[in-house]
Amino acid sequence: MRVTASAEFMLEPAFFPVEPNKDEGTSRDSIGLGQRVGPGLDTRHGTILTLEDISVSFDGFRALNNLNLYIGVGELRCIIGPNGAGKTTLMDVITGKTRPSHGKAWFGETLDLTQMSEVQIAQSGIGRKFQKPTVFEALSVFENLELAQKTDKSVWASLRARLSGEQKDRISEVLETIRLTTSVNRQAGLLSHGQKQFLEIGMLLMQDPQLLLLDEPVAGMTDAETEFTAELFKSLAGKHSLMVVEHDMGFVGSIADHVTVLHQGSVLAEGSLEQVQDNERVIEVYLGR
Amino acid sequence: MNQPLLVTATQKAGPKVTLAVGGVILALLIVLPLLSLLSPDNALHVSAYTLTLVGKILCYAIVALALDLVWGYAGLLSLGHGLFFALGGYAMGMYLMRQAAGDGLPAFMTFLSWSELPWYWTGTSSFLWAMCLVVLAPGLLALVFGFFAFRSRIKGVYFSIMTQALTFAGMLLFFRNETGFGGNNGFTNFRTILGFGITEPGTRAVLFLATVLLLVASLFIGWRLAQSKFGRVLTALRDAENRLMFCGYDPRGFKLFVWVLSAVLCGLAGALYVPQVGIINPSEMSPTNSIEAAVWVALGGRGTLIGPLLGAGVVNGMKSWFTVAFPEYWLFFLGALFIVVTLYLPKGVIGLLKKRGEQ
Repeated sequence: MRVTASAEFMLEPAFFPVEPNKDEGTSRDSIGLGQRVGPGLDTRHGTILTLEDISVSFDGFRALNNLNLYIGVGELRCIIGPNGAGKTTLMDVITGKTRPSHGKAWFGETLDLTQMSEVQIAQSGIGRKFQKPTVFEALSVFENLELAQKTDKSVWASLRARLSGEQKDRISEVLETIRLTTSVNRQAGLLSHGQKQFLEIGMLLMQDPQLLLLDEPVAGMTDAETEFTAELFKSLAGKHSLMVVEHDMGFVGSIADHVTVLHQGSVLAEGSLEQVQDNERVIEVYLGR
Repeated sequence: MNQPLLVTATQKAGPKVTLAVGGVILALLIVLPLLSLLSPDNALHVSAYTLTLVGKILCYAIVALALDLVWGYAGLLSLGHGLFFALGGYAMGMYLMRQAAGDGLPAFMTFLSWSELPWYWTGTSSFLWAMCLVVLAPGLLALVFGFFAFRSRIKGVYFSIMTQALTFAGMLLFFRNETGFGGNNGFTNFRTILGFGITEPGTRAVLFLATVLLLVASLFIGWRLAQSKFGRVLTALRDAENRLMFCGYDPRGFKLFVWVLSAVLCGLAGALYVPQVGIINPSEMSPTNSIEAAVWVALGGRGTLIGPLLGAGVVNGMKSWFTVAFPEYWLFFLGALFIVVTLYLPKGVIGLLKKRGEQ
């Protein structure tokens, strides 16, 4: 499914008409150490993430095997698959933690993810939530969100940073969304597991990325929290693109319009949840009979 | 490592109490050198020995504070801060040796029958250039070392071991006579600084006050850093570096900045230490010295600004008493102290005080 990009779909103006005489890679050149990239992510063809023929091997073991994956602008994609199918490796490749041995990875049309550092990738608009909730435990909830905020993240800027009223409003807005307003001054390390999950999601929201990668976001959440997360993600889709790795089929069913099944490092099946669930091979390797 | 910052600690303990105690200590430190200027018959006279001892401890306190910035906040345990301290000290020592030698060569060079100064001694007869060296020598070394270490993402115990190796290598280098820094004996027999006799009570008092000033300035810098977003980024880096990178911060720049700042503060402390103590030799770079600095910080309380000062004061105070009363047992005692702190006071003395305050 490829969604055509339109301006009201994104928080940032995603569709940035590039003059034909401008050479490719302009937005990539504008990324420097400690600077954020401008809003000009080029998604002319409606795909925010393009992975083609990606392979990763660790000591001969092929974690990803000629994988092809396209994620459309504003799409909410779920990735499922048995353990060891390469789901986390896939996220590592997209965020620059692992380099593919071959293949192409494009963010938008012009950003080559295989050539960028983790920090550059994060700054250009890809946010990631880890499998184990990872927040800054010694800092308060407010400070966690403050650090994640989309802003100039260089050393100098951090030395002189002051929060503007607008930024404070944004933080309270996100606090409201993740239902942590009453814990705003609590140390993040003292939060419950589920609250930490929400705080990490909140940090992603503050970062305001165009593509969110979420690794098992509802692990350890109560049913009510899971339900709430599903609502939250559905409301985010459209404005942002989301890629969710999840084992909880109930959760997947409640949010996904499009599901990709990974098996042994490549795509086994793709389609709506019903289509995938009816697929013979998927039943064989993953869902069980 | 969930220590809240000093800011929260003092807010809970009551900022007024902290400020009042701090103010009293500061006033005492300013009065102390003035009392040393009184005539020896006066009951309030402070001996040169006491003044030097306190001055020395203040220099150590600056080192503890500098180490705490990198260890307590950024989570980089350096076991080589003695090297930066000694480099600052040596830079100051070069100037003092030139002062003592007048137009001739420093005594140890004549002893080695060298006929001219090595190139790196050029300009050291100028106080200003010596002050530049005090900042540049530790600063540049820290910059180069830090740049490569942080670029290669060396952290944790590997980082500590490398800093330890670095200071050990420095010590071996400075032990050699050919290095041109007085070898084994280092620099001593200083006479004047800026034309004033180095043992004069007035000079001692001024050096002491300069040390107090540097300590207050370091404390202020540390406080401003801890309050700024920069300080929060450092804490975040300590606890979850990966998360910070995926938030779009480049940890290298943050580490390098605080690392170089810390090294420069150590160098300045070393430069004030040498004229007060009257000697600098390669044993200042010995690994045990750097480890002791880590003990001060751990004892006082990592990640707080007052803690390391307290730790440096308590350990060194005890040391000067212990080494007189039971000279053989000091190192055992130091070891035992470290074990006790690690096991029972993970947040140091400050953590203990804070707990008391809350009850």
